[in-house]
Amino acid sequence: MTDTTAPIAAPPRAEGQADTDQPRSRQQPPPTEKIAVLRWMKENLFASPGNTLLTIILGAALIYWVPAFIKWGFIDAIWYTPDPEVCRQSDGACWAVVAEKHRPMLFGLYPYEEHWRLVVALAVYLGSFTITLIRRFWHWQILVPLWTVAIAVISTMLWGGVFGLTFVETSQWGGLPLTMVLFSGTVVLGFPIAILLALGRRSHLPLIKATSVTIIESLRGVPLITILFVAVNVFPLALPDGLEFDKLVRVMVGMAIFFACYQAEVIRGGLQAIPRGQYEAAESLGLSYWQMTTRIILPQALRIALPGIMNHIIAALKNTSFVLIIGLFDILTATTAVMQDPLWRRWFVEAYLFVAAVYFFFCYVLSKYSQQVERWLSEGRRF
Amino acid sequence: MPGARKTRKKNETGETIITLEGVSKWFGDFQALRDINLTVDKGERVVVCGPSGSGKSTMIRCINRLENHQRGRIVVDGIELTDNLKNIEAVRREVGMVFQSFNLFPHMRVIDNLALAPMLVRQMPKKDAEEMALGYLRRVQIEEQAYKYPGQLSGGQQQRVAIARSLCMQPRIMLFDEPTSALDPEMIKEVLDVMVELAEDGMTMVVVTHEMGFARTVANRVIFMDDAEIVEIAPPETFFSKPKSDRTKLFLSQILTH
Ligand SMILES: Nc1ncnc2c1ncn2[C@@H]1O[C@H](COP(=O)(O)OP(=O)(O)OP(=O)(O)O)[C@@H](O)[C@H]1O
Ligand SMILES: [Mg+2]
Repeated sequence: MTDTTAPIAAPPRAEGQADTDQPRSRQQPPPTEKIAVLRWMKENLFASPGNTLLTIILGAALIYWVPAFIKWGFIDAIWYTPDPEVCRQSDGACWAVVAEKHRPMLFGLYPYEEHWRLVVALAVYLGSFTITLIRRFWHWQILVPLWTVAIAVISTMLWGGVFGLTFVETSQWGGLPLTMVLFSGTVVLGFPIAILLALGRRSHLPLIKATSVTIIESLRGVPLITILFVAVNVFPLALPDGLEFDKLVRVMVGMAIFFACYQAEVIRGGLQAIPRGQYEAAESLGLSYWQMTTRIILPQALRIALPGIMNHIIAALKNTSFVLIIGLFDILTATTAVMQDPLWRRWFVEAYLFVAAVYFFFCYVLSKYSQQVERWLSEGRRF
Repeated sequence: MPGARKTRKKNETGETIITLEGVSKWFGDFQALRDINLTVDKGERVVVCGPSGSGKSTMIRCINRLENHQRGRIVVDGIELTDNLKNIEAVRREVGMVFQSFNLFPHMRVIDNLALAPMLVRQMPKKDAEEMALGYLRRVQIEEQAYKYPGQLSGGQQQRVAIARSLCMQPRIMLFDEPTSALDPEMIKEVLDVMVELAEDGMTMVVVTHEMGFARTVANRVIFMDDAEIVEIAPPETFFSKPKSDRTKLFLSQILTH
């Protein structure tokens, strides 16, 4: 019955086909830029009286502050001088304080003449990290040797004690390398714990389920600072005599467990989104629990939970600054300490802006990267 | 049902491969299976039908232990299904299952969907597993889709992939739970064709379906379930022309008139 409209009837459709071959012939030109801009402004800035008022107030504030900031931060700024007097003469920002103090800010209490070792460690770390982020290198054959070497080099550089390098205790580690060690340690240690806790909470075995729920709920209810205090001050008392753990390790474990408890709930959200049919298909094919979990369930659950997971990873980076209160000198604490110098202390704003920029850089890279990963993972599939 | 028992038709080998003896199952207080007795011979094709909620899915899901029964005995290929994990895994290696909603793994390409279980469960080398996967894809006539993701396939293609995935484990028994119910009419045939071919190759099949055409041509026996029990078991000829129970008659009149 539909024969007359069927595409096989080619000759009568010749005209229509010409149409699809030259699609532009009937197209209208898009609205011009100017009108589009005006429309956008009307819709987004002046849609209602309240909206208009807000736009005017914010606009005025921007017009007032932005030029002032540019004048302070760039035009009048002193970029480099070893002499604080020069800065004192100027109305602008004194970025010279960063130039002057960057080494203790970035490297904390680490012995001054050994700073080159930290530069090497940071370079290896950032290099390996960058390679890890690139999808082309996502093969165990590449990543495992890469990180084995990287960790060996980084530990050798940080600790020393071999190859004629002087030994440096972890209590002297500081600045950006410490932030990096704490952050990586927290995530690398915490993530597997998070997965186990999330799986445990969904287990059918009552004992495992109860343990997971207890750990997650009790630790989520406690501030991170408390956990760090316990790790540093209480935990050693509970240990039998003679048994001791490095303070850095204790702090890292505390942070990792805290991280894991939050991350576990994010992952559980992902697990809950997996339809029952996925489990049943895997089981009916004869896969064991761990085969099913690692090959079928987790890859899908982690992908679904990725935005939340990255959110907590970024939070973990910023949470490393909590070690301030237990006497470890991460980049923020180191800066605070450096800014006690009476000659330079009045330019602490510039110093902290610099630290903020360092944090922002890493957090921004991580969040941009997570968006990219989401794009990769949804390529070629509709689910 | 004693009457139903008598009508059971032995097939040529007469070798029993699935036995359900007095099987009962409850979901909480709700009884989903009541005293089910059934034996299936090797190479036999059994079609299960009945109204919604009658326990068809529950029964066949008990056969590969996706549900556990609480009373009675289930023996599959000589292995009794108990809480023993080893037995469960052994049975699942022998029994393939195809679901109404396909349940392909959406994060893997079609070929990886097929090769995964043989590699993990049967320790087959990757190359062999993929070769075999392509072989089964060819058999269900979608070899050209091997390197796509399931989400890029039509429903009928997905279900054929699902059948091929089960076959890759070289099961001795295949269970189908309404394999065509989620498909558009024009895709039902392509899936049924694959199933008919499988039957012709001598696979033992238990199929929950309302495709009565399939039951007529392929089944050795048709089972009618209602209200958690087996009401009638008969060869298709007698089942459709001279059903014994009134409940069967009512059901048949309902599904055959529309
Ligand atoms: N996991 C479960 N928990 C509680 N009740 C269930 C569960 N699974 C099934 N049931 C109940 O058991 C009964 C039988 O279900 P079953 O899925 O076996 O029916 P069915 O014959 O396959 O029906 P349909 O044709 O709708 O698929 C139904 O009343 C159903 O509500
Ligand atoms: Mg069902």
